[in-house]
Amino acid sequence: MHLSNGMGSMSTASSSGAWKSGDVVTDQFPAGLRVLVVDDDPTCLMILERMLRTCLYEVTKCNRAEIALSLLRENKNGFDIVISDVHMPDMDGFKLLEHVGLEMDLPVIMMSADDGKSVVMKGVTHGACDYLIKPVRIEALKNIWQHVVRKKKNEWKDVEQSGSVEEGDRQQKPSEDADYSSSANEGTWKNSKRRKDEEEETDERDDSSTLKKPRVVWSVELHQQFVGAVNQLGIDKAVPKKILELMNVPGLTRENVASHLQKYRLYLRRLSGVSQHPNNLSNSFMSPQEASFGAMSSLSGLDLQTLAVTGQLPAQSLATLQAAGLGRSTTKSGVPMPLVDQRNLFSFENPKSRFAEGQHHLSSSKPMNLLHGIPTTMEAKQLANLHQSAQSLGAVNMQVNAHGVQNSSLLMPVAQSQPRGQILNETSGNHVPRLSSSMGHPIMSNGMSSGVSGRNGMVDSGRGGGYNPMQQNSSMLNYPLNNSSQLPCNSFTLGSTPVMSSLTSKGAFPEDVNSDVKISSGFMPSYDMFNELQQHKSNDWDLQNVGLTFDPSQHTNSMHNSLDPSVLVHQGFSSSQRGGQSRSPTTVGKALFSMGEGNHLGNVQNTGQHLNGFVVDNTVRIKAESAPDATSQTSFFHEQYGQDDLMSALLKQQQDGIGPAENEFDFDGYSLDNIPV
Amino acid sequence: MEGNSLREQVAAMRQSLFDEEILDKQFVQMEELEDVHNPNFAEELMTLYFRDSSKLLVSVEKALERPPYDANILDKFLHQLKGSSASVGANKVRIETNKMREALKAEDVERTKSQFQLVKRAHKTLKGKMEPYFHLLRQAGPADAAQPPE
Repeated sequence: MHLSNGMGSMSTASSSGAWKSGDVVTDQFPAGLRVLVVDDDPTCLMILERMLRTCLYEVTKCNRAEIALSLLRENKNGFDIVISDVHMPDMDGFKLLEHVGLEMDLPVIMMSADDGKSVVMKGVTHGACDYLIKPVRIEALKNIWQHVVRKKKNEWKDVEQSGSVEEGDRQQKPSEDADYSSSANEGTWKNSKRRKDEEEETDERDDSSTLKKPRVVWSVELHQQFVGAVNQLGIDKAVPKKILELMNVPGLTRENVASHLQKYRLYLRRLSGVSQHPNNLSNSFMSPQEASFGAMSSLSGLDLQTLAVTGQLPAQSLATLQAAGLGRSTTKSGVPMPLVDQRNLFSFENPKSRFAEGQHHLSSSKPMNLLHGIPTTMEAKQLANLHQSAQSLGAVNMQVNAHGVQNSSLLMPVAQSQPRGQILNETSGNHVPRLSSSMGHPIMSNGMSSGVSGRNGMVDSGRGGGYNPMQQNSSMLNYPLNNSSQLPCNSFTLGSTPVMSSLTSKGAFPEDVNSDVKISSGFMPSYDMFNELQQHKSNDWDLQNVGLTFDPSQHTNSMHNSLDPSVLVHQGFSSSQRGGQSRSPTTVGKALFSMGEGNHLGNVQNTGQHLNGFVVDNTVRIKAESAPDATSQTSFFHEQYGQDDLMSALLKQQQDGIGPAENEFDFDGYSLDNIPV
Repeated sequence: MEGNSLREQVAAMRQSLFDEEILDKQFVQMEELEDVHNPNFAEELMTLYFRDSSKLLVSVEKALERPPYDANILDKFLHQLKGSSASVGANKVRIETNKMREALKAEDVERTKSQFQLVKRAHKTLKGKMEPYFHLLRQAGPADAAQPPE
C-alpha cells in the first residue's frame, strides 16, 4: 500500500500542530486530526482513508504494522491517533497497540470484522481506546477525535493541578466525551470505561510556560531508562515517584512516568499471559513476587476485595478472567502471573490471624473451603489483610496487574465464589481455610491464566458453597491432612506459624479441590492459606505466590507439589518459594496453585516430598514452581493433575510428617506432625 | 433525456441490487463518500475489492484442494473476505462467507466445500451485475450533474 500523507486533508501540519500544543480545540478542530490507519486489506484501507478525509482529518495509510511503527517512531509527534486492524499478517494488531501505547502513548482504535466478545475484551485489556466493528461507518469515525481530546485532557489535568489554567477548554471536553460513545459501534462502551479505569495520566507533562503539554515521547532510550529504573526498584515496588527519581530525566513528570508505568505493566502482563513459558511467567511472576510480595499482596488484596465485592460472579468473572487471561495470551502463562498477585493477597492477611483461623478450619477439614472460600470471603479478607501488609498495594497491583491483568479479573470471580467469606472473615485464624478459597482467587486474579482464574471464580461459584470449608469432598480429606500439615507449614512458610495454617489449608485444599472444585477450590484454599501465612509471617509473600499458584486445578497434580507452592507461596515463604520448584515441575504447570501450595504444603505436609524439599527450599522453590507451573499450567485449575493426586500427596505428606517444612518456614511451633491427619 | 432514461435504468438496476440483497446499505456509504473530487469512488472501490477478493477465492480454492485442510489459514482467508465484503456492502458474499466459516468451525468438510461453491457463486453474481451497473452509471453521468458545481 502506498502511504499517502495527508492528501487532501485540509489541515496542514500547522493546524494539527496548533491544536496539539495549545488548546486542543481550535476553530478547525477536529479537522486536521492526524490519523494513521493500518490495515492489510487494501479495500478497507481505501474506504477508511476516504471516510477520514471526508471528516477532514489528515490521513496516512499503511498496510503493514512494521511500517506503521517506523512511521510513528520517525515522527514522534506526527500523529494524533492510530486506527489499526486486529488481524494483520506481519504483526498482530494488539502487539502494535502495545508498542504504540508504550512508546508513543497515542490513542489507538482497534478494528475488526470480528465482533466476538473476547476479541473486544482483548482490545480493552491491551489498552485500545476504542474498538470498531467492520464495516466501519463514517459516523463512527467522526467522533474519534474525542479520544485524542480525552487523553489530552487527562494530561492537562495534571498540569492543571500544578497550576495551569488552560484547562478550561479541555475540561469541557470530558463532559462531552462522556456524551459521545466513542463510536457508534459496539466497541464504544468499553472506551469510556477503559479510560476511566486507566486513568489516563498526562503523558505530556511538559511544564512549558505555555501549558501546552507536549506529548512525552518515550524513545527507546528513555524507555530503557525507565525499565532499568523499574527493575532496579523491583517491579513490585516501582512507584512512579521513585522511578522518576531514578531516571533523573529533566522535564519528565511523575504523571508521565505513572501513565507509562501503567502501560508497561499491562504490557508485561500480557507478556506473561502470552508467553506461556515458564520463563516468562516465572520472570514476570516471580520477580514481582520476589520483589515485593507485599506489593503483590496488595494487589491481590485488592483483587480479592474486588472479587469479594463482586460476590459470586463466578461465571462472569470467569469470563472476564478468562478474557483477561486470554487477552494475555494464554491462560497458562497468565497463570503464573496470577500467582504473584495472589500472593499479594495473601500477604496482606496476617498470617497469624490466618493461621488461627486456618487452623481452625483445618481441623474442620474444610480445606476445601479454604480454597473455595478464597474467592469469596477470603478474598475480601485477604484483601484487607493484604492491604495491610502491602502498602505498596498500588504499586504492586499495578505491577501485578500489568503482568497479570488477568489476575485481577480473576480475583473478581474468585471473590465471589463463595461463602468463603466465612472462612475468610476469619482472617484471624481461620484464614487458612479461607485461604484456600481465597487463594484460589488470588491466583486467579493474577491472571493466572485467565482461563484458570475464571475457573476458579467460576468454580467457586459452584464451589463456593462447596468450597467452603466444607471440604466435603474427598479432597477435603486430604486437605485436612494438609491442613494439619499445613499448619505447621504455615508457620514456616510465612515464617511464622500462621503461615502454616494457611499451608495446611492449602494442602487440604488441593485435595479438596480434587473432588470437585479442584480447580476452584484448590485454588482458593491456597489463597486463604497464603493469606494466613502471610499474616503470620512478615508476609512473606513468597508464599503468596504459592497461594496464587494454587490454582485449584493445579493442585490436583501439583497437589503434592503445588499445594505447597501455592500455599507456600502465600505462606509467605520467605523464600522465594514460589517457585515451588521443589515441587516438581509437573505440578508446576498445573497449579501454579500447587506450586505455591504444593510447595508449601508439600514441604510441610503433604507432599512431603515436594513440600519438604519445597519447604526447605521454599523460598526459591515456590517461586520457581509457581512460575513455571503457572505457565504450563495456566489452567491451573483445570489442569490440575487431579486433585486426588494432590490429596493423596498431601495425605502422604502429612503422614510422613511434614517436618521438612520447618526448614524454611519458621514454624511457630507447628510441627507438621501436629497436623491432624 | 437520454441521460434521464439512462439514469432511470441505472436507478432501477441499483434498486434491484438492494432488493435482491446483493448489496446492503454499506454500499450506500461508499456512494456517499463520492464528491466532486472523487466522483467514481464506489466504482474504484469495487474494482479494488474484486481484484483482492478474487485472489482470496483462488487461495481458498487451493487450500481446499486436498487434505489435510489447514483450518487456520482457511479461516484467515475467510475472515479477510468477510471483512472486505462487509466494507463494500457485498451482502450476499459476506453472508455466504460467514456460513462457510461456520461450517469450517464445525469441522464439516463437506459443508465447507459446498458452501464455498455458494460463496463463489455469489461473488460471480455480484461481479456480473456491478460491472454493467457501473458502466451504465458512467454513461448516465453523475447523478447531480445537473446541479450547479460547488
